[in-house]
Amino acid sequence: MQANHALNYDYSVAKCFTYATILFGIIGMLIGVVIAYQMAFPELNYLAGEYGTFGRLRPLHTSGVIFGFLLSGIFATWYYIGQRVLKVSMAESPFLMVLGKLHFWLYMLVMIIAVVNLFLGIGTSKEYAELEWPLDIAVVVVWVMWGISIFGLIGIRREKTLYISMWYFIATFLGVAMLYLFNNMAVPTYFVAGMGKWYHSVSMYAGTNDAMVQWWYGHNAVAFVFTVPIIAMIYYFLPKESGQPVFSYKLSLLSFWGLMFVYLWAGGHHLLYSTVPDWVQTMGSIFSVILILPSWGSAINMLLTMKGQWGQLKENPLIKFMIFASTFYMLSTLEGPIQAIKSVNALAHFTDWIPGHVHDGTLGWVGFMTMAALYHMAPRMYKRELYSKKLMESQFWIQTTGIVMYFSSMWIAGITQGMMWRATDQYGNLAYSFIDTVTVLIPYYALRATGGLLYLIGFFMFAYNLYKTMTVSKAIEREPQNASPMAA
Amino acid sequence: MFHWLEKNPFFFAVGVFLVIAYAGVVTILPDFMESARPVTGTKPYTVLELAGRHVYIKDSCNACHSQLVRPFKSETDRYGMYSLSGEYAYDRPFLWGSKRTGPDLMRVGNYRTTDWHEYHMLAPQSVVPGSIMPAYKHMFKNNADIETAYAEALTVKNVFNVPYDQPDMPKLGTYDEAKKALMEEAALIVADMKDSEVKEAFKRGEIKEIVAIIAYLNSLK
Repeated sequence: MQANHALNYDYSVAKCFTYATILFGIIGMLIGVVIAYQMAFPELNYLAGEYGTFGRLRPLHTSGVIFGFLLSGIFATWYYIGQRVLKVSMAESPFLMVLGKLHFWLYMLVMIIAVVNLFLGIGTSKEYAELEWPLDIAVVVVWVMWGISIFGLIGIRREKTLYISMWYFIATFLGVAMLYLFNNMAVPTYFVAGMGKWYHSVSMYAGTNDAMVQWWYGHNAVAFVFTVPIIAMIYYFLPKESGQPVFSYKLSLLSFWGLMFVYLWAGGHHLLYSTVPDWVQTMGSIFSVILILPSWGSAINMLLTMKGQWGQLKENPLIKFMIFASTFYMLSTLEGPIQAIKSVNALAHFTDWIPGHVHDGTLGWVGFMTMAALYHMAPRMYKRELYSKKLMESQFWIQTTGIVMYFSSMWIAGITQGMMWRATDQYGNLAYSFIDTVTVLIPYYALRATGGLLYLIGFFMFAYNLYKTMTVSKAIEREPQNASPMAA
Repeated sequence: MFHWLEKNPFFFAVGVFLVIAYAGVVTILPDFMESARPVTGTKPYTVLELAGRHVYIKDSCNACHSQLVRPFKSETDRYGMYSLSGEYAYDRPFLWGSKRTGPDLMRVGNYRTTDWHEYHMLAPQSVVPGSIMPAYKHMFKNNADIETAYAEALTVKNVFNVPYDQPDMPKLGTYDEAKKALMEEAALIVADMKDSEVKEAFKRGEIKEIVAIIAYLNSLK
């Protein structure tokens, strides 16, 4: 097995996706900050005519960060981790090299068309599945290319046993494929009627069924984009960066198969007290609570990996990012099940507590882990040390402040809103008109937007730090074993 | 077994797929047919209403407004009768939304009128002081896409047997017939509106987006 050391991994595709992660991160988060401020200051809706209204920008924000920022991040880490855990270089297969580059460029093309489409308001209205059928087909092609890349690399691997990260990448591929295909089933109207817009389609499912399929998708898109691949990342990068072995193989096994089985049931918690069958709602609620087990299993496995090595948190900001990420994963996966309990959901559903919950997961867990991953990869891909540790430290604290401002303001806003909607006076009449429950939230909206702005500022610091690392940082001769080298 | 799976990617992938596909089959399929059945009195949308529904989707009204009244007194007091599954039988896609930045619209047709919507879309704060909803002035400029709406109606009629052209149901007919009926329907709405440009455009045979979306909102009952 000495061949490992002679292997020259090829990072050209990983680098491309790293740039895409930064680009879409800036676009997606910037739009997020704009729409957050729009809720506090509605005049901001008129900056770009009909293309700048909240309605048009909101799908751009969600799709931008999920399918732009995060998916790029997932692909970037895949093209980095895959070769390393399978002990094979992409350069050994000209086919996989060409495929990887095609994968990147087709992905970029689809993303750019998707952005234009969403600005124009062309979409199906389904959350995180807004794209119309021609783009859906293109997305499927991109996805299949990624699948070929995964299984192609597995096919020529030297290391026969699949490392934990590989399980999660495979699950990401399969899960998203299944969900995306079924949720986007639609009939193109032009081909039936011969008139109207050629790209328009109508959903295969109606009403309650459509809602069930959509939230089976919507919730598990969260699972298989926001959770599963991020766990793939942390299982690779935390042990690598810290030099510590994963705490428990059995725990990783339990968490993986548990997560796979339980997650898909939980979609029903988006539909509590709706018109879907009662037993589906109850199942959604129960499985959401059970979901704590596999989620915390992974998180605890990561925390215990640092057992006896907590000093590293002080010395190495990357460890700090990752431990913070898995702590936020625990917070988020405790908060989610609480919101999925029926009586809590009656209060929380439709309120700002929900976006609050989403964002402690995405900003704290997903965002931090993705950035830490790219930080870890940069010295190895560009053969230079990280540009500035100090900048990284400030980034960490600015973004952490941002996250805390974000979720605490949304907690208060959401619970206030929910309580006011149901408040009655002494005669049993509703105590507040709807608009009362809106105006009271404006200070919290302003606070939340500012929290988001801090996070965005931190992201710019991240982008700048990486850019400097790529261009001017001190070159390193040998690849670092563990802790990433960084200049003060 | 797990060690063996981890060395056999094909079977590993098959195993993962079976484990994740299971829940969807068990939760979605059993009540599929029943959930698609309309309650008595539910009718498919007219072509004009469908065109309005497309405007609703185009501007993501569903990002801030739900269309789902939950069975709580606080909701039925505020919005009316709680939602029934069969009321959504012709909703493709469903538009329940997931956030109520603004109020629920499931039954907005019961308590808002054409002229209210017209003022509201031009300047929300003029009718709801303190509102944070943006104005949608471009709906007064853009034409509604009638052909696509008709194409969708014809598609659901042919593919999903939505009961257009049945007794007591909206008539669809040929495109020309549908267009004629649509102009009559739109005329009633335009008559209640103040905007002179919308009225002028209607005389030229153009239907602005605002007319279609008001028709749709009025139909929500």
